[in-house]
Amino acid sequence: MSTPYVLMGLLAGGPKHGYDLKRAHDARLPRAKPLAFGQVYATLGRLARDGLVTPAGQDQDAGPERTSYTLTDTGHAALTTWLATVEPPLPHLTSVLLAKVVVALLVTDISQARGYLVAQRAAHTTRLRELTALKTDPDATLSDVIAADYGIAHLDADLRWLQTTLARVADLHKEIAR
Amino acid sequence: MSILHARGVVRAFGHTPALRGVTLAIAEGEIVAVTGPSGCGKSTLLHCLAGILRPDAGEVIYRDHRIDTLSEGGRSRLRRTEFGVLFQFGQLVSELTAAENVALPLLLAGTGRRAARTAALSWLDRLGVADLADQRPGEMSGGQQQRCALARALVTEPRVLFCDEPTGALDSLTGEQVLSHLVRVARQQGTTVLLATHDARVAGYADREIALRDGQVDPSGFGVEAAIR
Repeated sequence: MSTPYVLMGLLAGGPKHGYDLKRAHDARLPRAKPLAFGQVYATLGRLARDGLVTPAGQDQDAGPERTSYTLTDTGHAALTTWLATVEPPLPHLTSVLLAKVVVALLVTDISQARGYLVAQRAAHTTRLRELTALKTDPDATLSDVIAADYGIAHLDADLRWLQTTLARVADLHKEIAR
Repeated sequence: MSILHARGVVRAFGHTPALRGVTLAIAEGEIVAVTGPSGCGKSTLLHCLAGILRPDAGEVIYRDHRIDTLSEGGRSRLRRTEFGVLFQFGQLVSELTAAENVALPLLLAGTGRRAARTAALSWLDRLGVADLADQRPGEMSGGQQQRCALARALVTEPRVLFCDEPTGALDSLTGEQVLSHLVRVARQQGTTVLLATHDARVAGYADREIALRDGQVDPSGFGVEAAIR
């Protein structure tokens, strides 16, 4: 789970209170699932308990009093270690898409399987078009573009994999028919 | 209201069929991606629709007029006045500067030198390469050349722009910049665009997609023989 580290990364720039952290998180990761306020405060509580962040004072601009938090030296060290740790690239080749396509190619109801594959491809291309429109919008921020690029690259990979899979299975069928 | 229409278009090269009865309609101002794997007939389709190739059978209708029956001269006039074409490699004339390359279609159409240069400079500016006006293609990067080629394709303000793998020779970020310019200008001008590509990311810039498989429109969109039928 990366939320604690994302919050620590946001605190690396200077003290912030929970409300600012939530807004900064949603701005930096605009296409991620928005962070609930409750999750921000619960995470800050755990980080404080573990000595990774510490309260840095109270703010009260027009609204209710808020506690600001700052990153501790231990927090800085934990963040550095996390950033230096390479993520295992695809350790398990599993996904719902993979499972569904494999099952679709096995099932006996051919029209249903074909219908699923065509509908799935259409859903992927529609989403790819939406993300392309999002990133080419003149008002798109760099964070929007980076997030859209991430989605587009993954959708494109799925589409190419779907196409290659169909071609491979078609080749296999031809081979068997000979 | 469709601006371009193909009905049962067939085209072969020798004994090899490239298009086997393609029917489609393109609405004015639409950006349409023609997709499919190598050899599926994308380029041949674009060339037939643009009047570069004549189909063996079928009809190509542009604004209610058949263009497949026009003479070579008639199709050539149409390409100079109504259509713009952008290929994978910009195909700029290497001896000419960017401004001279962009002005070329206007000069061929009879525009005076000064007006043609002014229009060329304006288009180079719109595509963000005004500073390259006096450079020759050999002095430019691939992306810069392709933006100049796009300026040349648009300088006559064509109603339809045909693009055949326009970013196929570019790295992804440079290709994206060319596509962004292309789509932005096409929307501003109301230009209809047909974009042949095998790349889903490029097709993502279009309003919709027409997939080809073995010279025919493939409604499934896969462009490969569907394994399960």
